[in-house]
Amino acid sequence: MDVTAQETSTRTLSYSEAIREAMALAMEADPTVILMGEDIGVYGGAFQVTLDLVDRFGPDRVMDTPISELGGAGVAVGAALTGLKPIFEFQFSDFATLAMEQIVNQAAKLRYMLGGEASVPVVFRMPAGSGTGAAAQHSQSLEAWFGHVPGLKVIQPSTPEDAKGMLLAALADPDPVLVFEHKLLYKMKGEVPAGYYTTPIGKAAVRRAGSDLTIVAASIMVHRALEAAEQLAGEGVSAEVIDLRSIRPIDHETIVASVRKTGRLLIVYEGVKSYGIGAEISAMVAESDAFDFLDAPILRLGGAEAPIPYNPDLERAAVPQVDTILAAARRLARREV
Amino acid sequence: MSTTDNRPFAIRTYSPAQLKQALKRMYLVRRFEEGAEQSYMRGLIHGTMHLSIGQEASAVASCIELTDADKITSNHRGHGHCIAKGADVARMFAEFFGKETGYCHGRGGSMHIADVQTGNLGANGIVGGGLPIAVGAALSAKRLGRKDVTLCFFGDGANNEGAFHEALNMAAIWTLPVVFICENNKYGMSTSVERSTAVRRISERAAAYSMPGVTVDGNDFSAVAEAVHHAIARARAGEGPSLVENLTYRWRGHSKSDRNRYRTKEEIEAWMARDPIARFQAELIAHGVLDEAEAIAIAEAAVSDVEQGIEFARGSAAPAIGEVTRYVYAEA
Repeated sequence: MDVTAQETSTRTLSYSEAIREAMALAMEADPTVILMGEDIGVYGGAFQVTLDLVDRFGPDRVMDTPISELGGAGVAVGAALTGLKPIFEFQFSDFATLAMEQIVNQAAKLRYMLGGEASVPVVFRMPAGSGTGAAAQHSQSLEAWFGHVPGLKVIQPSTPEDAKGMLLAALADPDPVLVFEHKLLYKMKGEVPAGYYTTPIGKAAVRRAGSDLTIVAASIMVHRALEAAEQLAGEGVSAEVIDLRSIRPIDHETIVASVRKTGRLLIVYEGVKSYGIGAEISAMVAESDAFDFLDAPILRLGGAEAPIPYNPDLERAAVPQVDTILAAARRLARREV
Repeated sequence: MSTTDNRPFAIRTYSPAQLKQALKRMYLVRRFEEGAEQSYMRGLIHGTMHLSIGQEASAVASCIELTDADKITSNHRGHGHCIAKGADVARMFAEFFGKETGYCHGRGGSMHIADVQTGNLGANGIVGGGLPIAVGAALSAKRLGRKDVTLCFFGDGANNEGAFHEALNMAAIWTLPVVFICENNKYGMSTSVERSTAVRRISERAAAYSMPGVTVDGNDFSAVAEAVHHAIARARAGEGPSLVENLTYRWRGHSKSDRNRYRTKEEIEAWMARDPIARFQAELIAHGVLDEAEAIAIAEAAVSDVEQGIEFARGSAAPAIGEVTRYVYAEA
């Protein structure tokens, strides 16, 4: 476990409770940490992640913003540039499209444009993903867009423990970090260490060791891949499951080492398949010395080339599920690709 | 017994030393930009530039009472704001020349000159980009209990960006210490304010955000200084933001690609006759702040600073090619 824990006791917390605990710990320890976002005060946030933090820290530190994503994100950038450490919650990560200017042109580039003379320690929290019946404008997985931008760090914790540890790492980071939180994970429970610890940004985690094929998965797809791997084990196929956790920076070494061992690679992610995380990882492996160890073509399993649809069966069909991961893994194991 | 002081605001408010420094800075802005333009013509620098020649009073008068603790955000036409905030023209030229000794180590260029340590949060290549950032800087001051104010410079073009409206609204609802300074030079690139903007005066927009809005002659040093002085006082007193509109004019085109097809020679000449530097200098002489000889000495000092700045920049080292990805992230 690559955490630097001050305390070793753990409790069972939900993913959203783990995020809230991280924010509360940071705010208690550092008066410059503030929260900003739409309806994060008495309403508690659209997904109840901030819940009662306004009661504990007051409205000056848990600030409801107007519905002004561009301006709000820019205020967070300006505050970060001048002494505060804001955590800005987008109500849905889709709404960050309204704030691309401040995230991509300002936050990401200020340090560079100013020759290292400025720092923008802002954290953007990005509730993402489909499966809630909210349709095309409230369900996207846009993390790869931001992964394309030098200057940003982009993470996708998949467990409550990482949700806390990686958010605390993001807050300790002097550069802007976007945390993509899958909405279906908010209620997921898991063991979470008490107290302050950080989980490093840029390190993948091997969630299940295996020898026949490597599945690299991100966010909620880690859990679907683990379920598929369990079934594959019953069929005599040993799948290694890697939780990507961070897409910028990306953990080249862990992925390449695994592919050198297994010779087969399946990449599973919810964002639209083309021009996404899968393309980046495929190319990374093809350019590495793991290329000589490949026994089959690399497979990508990503979101459909379509907006997320409303109809529940269509919505389910638009992104990888356990059954589609299983089918792809079987084809790869039997080299039917 | 009371007597009314009828001298212009700046003359009766600021010390002779402050006024002389202001005149020097106005000359520096003019000569810096002429120097940049000539260096471009001679092929010494590449890229493009947006010159503020003709707008010097707006930048310098707005900043006359700021300290290093106060912040500014600027726009693509930002050399004047930098110099007004106290930047060293040698390091500015070095940045223009893409040298390691520049304010941004050659990574930013004309449109990103900044000096965070002295409160200059930077020029900006995106119209309206600096407005929310200025509000964020003012939020930091308020939350951290500091007394500094933020001046936010932008042009008339920015008043139609969504960021302008979102920023003014948030500054008002949170009562933040920020002064929005619109330098209305009549054109957003080629499109006139009349054709782009529904209100007659951009300062009228202030009413929508319950803040004071005032329009002044932006080529009149004293008029700008007075309007911004009251806005700063209001911000420092915790009473919130203001909008000041400085009516001014850029003598040069929008950028190097401009062929001046949208305005007349007569219009340009009429505005050149209202030269803000000549007007301010005449005012200082008329009120005995300095004499002709001192004014000439100040103007010559600016020429000398610019010549030395260009020499410094030309003689400075370029960044190492291997450092193309340096400064993307904090160094461990």
